[in-house]
Amino acid sequence: MSAGNALTRSAPWRGTAWLMGKLGISGRTLVIAVPMLWLGVFFLAPFFVLGRISLAEALIARPPYTPLFERGPDGSLQIIASLENYRFLMTDALYRNAYLSSIRVALVSTIFALLIGYPIAYYIARAPEPKRSILLLMVILPFWTSFLLRVYAWMGFLRSNGVINNTLISLGIIDAPLRMMQTDFAVYIGIVYTYLPFMILPLYANLTKLDSALLEAASDLGASPFVTFFTVTLPLSLPGIVAGSMLVFIPAIGEYVIPALLGGPDTLMIGRVLWDEFFSSRDWPVASAVAIVMLVLVVAPIMWLQSIQNRREEG
Amino acid sequence: MRGWFLPLAVAFGFIFLYAPIVSLVVFSFNESRLVTVWGGFSTRWYGELLRDRQILGSAWISLQVAFASATLATVIGTLGAFVLTRFSSFTGRLLLTGMITAPLVMPEVITGLSLLLLFVSMELTLGWPAGRGLTTIIIAHTTFCAAFVAVIAQSRLRSMDESLEEAARDLGAGPVRVFFDVTLPVIAPALVAGWLLAFTLSLDDLVIASFVSGPGASTLPMVIFSKVRLGVSPDINALATIIIGFVLVAVLIAGWLMRRALRKGG
Amino acid sequence: MSQPAIAADTKPWRREGATPFISVRGVTKQFGDFTAVADVDLEIYKSELFCLLGESGCGKSTLLRMLAGFEQATSGTITIDGEDMARVPPDRRPTNMMFQSYALFPHMTVEKNVAYGLLREGLKKSVAYERAAEMLRMVKLEKLARRRPDQLSGGQRQRVALARALVKRPKLLLLDEPLGALDKKLREETQFELIKIQETLGVTFIVVTHDQDEAMTLATRIGVMKDGKIEQIGEPREIYETPNSRFVADFIGSVNLFEGKVDAVAPDMMRIETYELGPVLLPPQAGLTLGQQVWGAVRPERFAISRSKPENTPNTWQGVVEEMGYIGHMSQYRIRLSNGVLIRASQSNRLRDEDPISWDEKVWISVQPSAFRVLTR
Repeated sequence: MSAGNALTRSAPWRGTAWLMGKLGISGRTLVIAVPMLWLGVFFLAPFFVLGRISLAEALIARPPYTPLFERGPDGSLQIIASLENYRFLMTDALYRNAYLSSIRVALVSTIFALLIGYPIAYYIARAPEPKRSILLLMVILPFWTSFLLRVYAWMGFLRSNGVINNTLISLGIIDAPLRMMQTDFAVYIGIVYTYLPFMILPLYANLTKLDSALLEAASDLGASPFVTFFTVTLPLSLPGIVAGSMLVFIPAIGEYVIPALLGGPDTLMIGRVLWDEFFSSRDWPVASAVAIVMLVLVVAPIMWLQSIQNRREEG
Repeated sequence: MRGWFLPLAVAFGFIFLYAPIVSLVVFSFNESRLVTVWGGFSTRWYGELLRDRQILGSAWISLQVAFASATLATVIGTLGAFVLTRFSSFTGRLLLTGMITAPLVMPEVITGLSLLLLFVSMELTLGWPAGRGLTTIIIAHTTFCAAFVAVIAQSRLRSMDESLEEAARDLGAGPVRVFFDVTLPVIAPALVAGWLLAFTLSLDDLVIASFVSGPGASTLPMVIFSKVRLGVSPDINALATIIIGFVLVAVLIAGWLMRRALRKGG
Repeated sequence: MSQPAIAADTKPWRREGATPFISVRGVTKQFGDFTAVADVDLEIYKSELFCLLGESGCGKSTLLRMLAGFEQATSGTITIDGEDMARVPPDRRPTNMMFQSYALFPHMTVEKNVAYGLLREGLKKSVAYERAAEMLRMVKLEKLARRRPDQLSGGQRQRVALARALVKRPKLLLLDEPLGALDKKLREETQFELIKIQETLGVTFIVVTHDQDEAMTLATRIGVMKDGKIEQIGEPREIYETPNSRFVADFIGSVNLFEGKVDAVAPDMMRIETYELGPVLLPPQAGLTLGQQVWGAVRPERFAISRSKPENTPNTWQGVVEEMGYIGHMSQYRIRLSNGVLIRASQSNRLRDEDPISWDEKVWISVQPSAFRVLTR
C-alpha cells in the first residue's frame, strides 16, 4: 500500500503547508496561537491597564487620568504612581459597606434560589418522560428571553400601583399599597428570578443521576420518606447544590442592573458603586481601584474555590 | 417530599417564573398608558414601537453585534477547547486554561471597565481602535462569549470517542483533514448550541456594551435600559411580547425539527 | 530438526533463520512513572494470526497502539517489512486498525466509512466506491451500504469496521478486542469467519484480547502478557500443554499446582516430594537439580476418577467428593483428600445413561506421570 496522504496532494493544503514551512510555524503552533493571542490581548492585557490606571490620579482631560511617566524639569523620566486611591477606598466606609452588602445580598439570594429551585429540580427529575422534558423546557424558556425585560416585568409587578398591590387591595387584604419597589426585598426577588434556572439545571442534572434503587433500599430498610430524603437524597445531591449555588452567587455578587432597577438608593452593591464612580463621578482611577479590589477580594477566592472543586471532581 | 408539599412548591415555583411574563404580555395590549391599570384592548403600543426609529435602529445594531460576535466566539472558543483537550502539553497551557475559564466568573462591570481602558490606551498609543462603536462591542462580546462556547465545546470534545479521530488518522488522513472530516462534524451540534448561547448572551448584554460603546452605537438593551430607568412604559411591554413570541416560535420549530430527526433516526 | 519438514512451511517460527515480517526489539513505553510496556521483544511472520493475550492493564493495547503509531515507544525499535517505523505517523503506516469501539464515523454511511481510507490514498471516487462495495460483499453487508452506523446491529457494525480496515489492503491488520462487544453465540460464529477472511486475504493479523478461548481458537501463536512483559510466546497447544510459569498455567485454563522439591532423579523416572500429595513420580526433565524448588501442574481433565482403585499407575490418592457441578458435556469435581488438600478434577460425560459419581462418594483419583508439567517459576 502506498502510504497515501491526501493532505500532500490537494493544492490548497499544499500551498498553506508550504507557506507555514517557509515561516517556520507548525500547524500546531498556529492553532494554539489564535485563542492564546485573542485572550491575551483582550482578556489578560486589560487587567494590566486596569492596575496601572488605578495608580493614577483623576484629571479633567482626555484621557481623564494622569500619565504613568512624566518628564521632570531636568528631562528625566519619572514614574508617577500612588496608592492614594486604595487608601481612599479603605478609609471611606461607603466602599467597605458596599463590599459587605454585596456578599450579603448574593448569599441571601442564593439561599432563596436553592429553597425554591430544589423542589422543582427534584420534581422534574422524578417526573416520567414527556412531562419531564416539557417541565425542563419551561424552566429554560424564560432564560432565552431578554434578561433586562424580565427584570422590567418585576417593576410592573412590584410598583405601588403594580399588579401585586392592585390585586391585594381589590381583594381587600390590604388598605394601602405595600412599598416593595426600591427595597432590598425587590433586589432579592430580581436576583432569584433571574438566576433560578442556573440553580435548577445543575440540581436536576445531579438528581436524575440518583439511582432510584437507593431510595427503595432506604425505605426497604425502614426509613420514612422524610428520613430517606435527609439521609440519602440530600447528601448525594450536595455536588449539585454546590454547583448551582456557585452559578447563582457568582453573577449576583457583581450585579449592576438588578439593584439599579429594583433597588433603592440605599441598596449598596459593589457593581453599582463601580458603575456610578465611572459614569457619574467620571473618576476612572477610583473605579479601577474598586475593580482591582473586587478582583482580589471576590473573583480570586471564587476561582480558587472552583479550581479546588474541579480537582475534587476529577480525582 | 411526598403528598401535597412537593406539587405545591413546584406550582409556586412555576407561578413565580411565569406570572411576571404573563402580566407583561397582557398589559402590552392595554389601551391605557398606565401599564398596570386595564383600559381596554388595544394594539396602539405595537404601532408606536414600529414607528420608534431609535428602538429599531438599536435592534439592528444588536443583531449585527450578536451575529458577528457569536460567530467569532464560536471559532475562538472551539479552537481553545480543541487545544486544551487534544494537546496534552505546551507552553502556556495553564495560562490558556485560566484565560478561558476566568471570563465565566468575571463580574461584567470589571470586564467592561477593563476593556474600555484597554481600548482607550490602545487608541492613545497605537491609534486603533479609533473611537468606540460597533467594532469595540463586537470584540468585547466575542471575548466573554468565547468562554461559554469553549465550555460547551470542551465537554463535547471530552465525551467524544477519541478513537474516531485515531481511526481517521489510521485510514490515512492528516491532522488537519481529521479535524474537518471527523472532529468538526461530530461536535457540530454542540457548536450550534454554543453559537446560539453566545448569540443570546450578546443580545442580552447591557453592562459591557455600555462601557465599550461610543456615540451612535447604542445596542437594544442600552436603549431599553435608558427608557425603563425612568419608569415603566407600555411600548417596552410590546417589545417584550414580540421577543417572547419570537423565542416561543423558535423553540417550537426547534422542538419539531428535533422530533422529526429522532423519528428519522429510528 | 525434530519437527516434520512440512510444518516449517506453514509455521515459519519453527524454522531457524526465517525472516520475521514484523519485529519489535527492546520496546519500552512509559507514561510518567508508569511502565506500560517493559522491554518487549517480538517477532511475527507473514500471514500470521498472532494473539496478544492478557488481563486489562497488562500493556497489550499499548503495544498494539505503538504498532499503529498512536503511541511513541520510549525506547526500542519497531520494524514492519524491513522498514523502521519510528518517525512514521499513523496516517503513513502500512497498518490499519480495527478499534474496540469500532470507531465508525457516525455522520457517514456504511459505504462512505469503508471508502474513506481509499479516498485518502487519492483514489478516484468511482474506483474507491467500487472497491468498498466489493469489500462489503465479502463481509455480506452489500445491502446495508446506505445505512448509518446507528442503524446497524452490533454484529453488523463489527463487520463494517473490519471491512473498513481491510479495504486498504494493509500489510498488517491490528484488531483491538475485535469480538469483545458481541454476545457469546455471535462471538463463536464470528471467530471462524474472521479466520476464513484472514486465510483468504493472507493479511498478517495481530489481535489483542483478554479472552483465552478466543485466543486459543483464532491464533497461530499466542503471546501471553503480564505487567508489560511477555511471559510466553507459543502455539496455542504449547501454551496450554507446556506453560513456562505458574502464571501462564493458571491464566490459560484451570490447573492444580503442587509445590515441592526434586527428591530423586533416575534415567527413566524422577520423583518430586510435594507438600500436598507426598511423593509424585514423573518422567525426567532436563535442567533440574536435586533439591530444587519446583511446582507440579496438572490440568483437571488429566485426573481419572474411579470408585475402585486403579491398576498400573503410580500416582494414586483416595478422597471424598465435596462439590460437583454438572455442566452438560462434562462434570467438574472438587475432591478432598484425606490430608485436607482440595483437588480440582473434571470428567467428560461420554455416555448418556452413566451412573455419575456424586456428592460424598469415596473415590480414587489417579494421574499419569506424563500429565505432570514441572514448573520452576
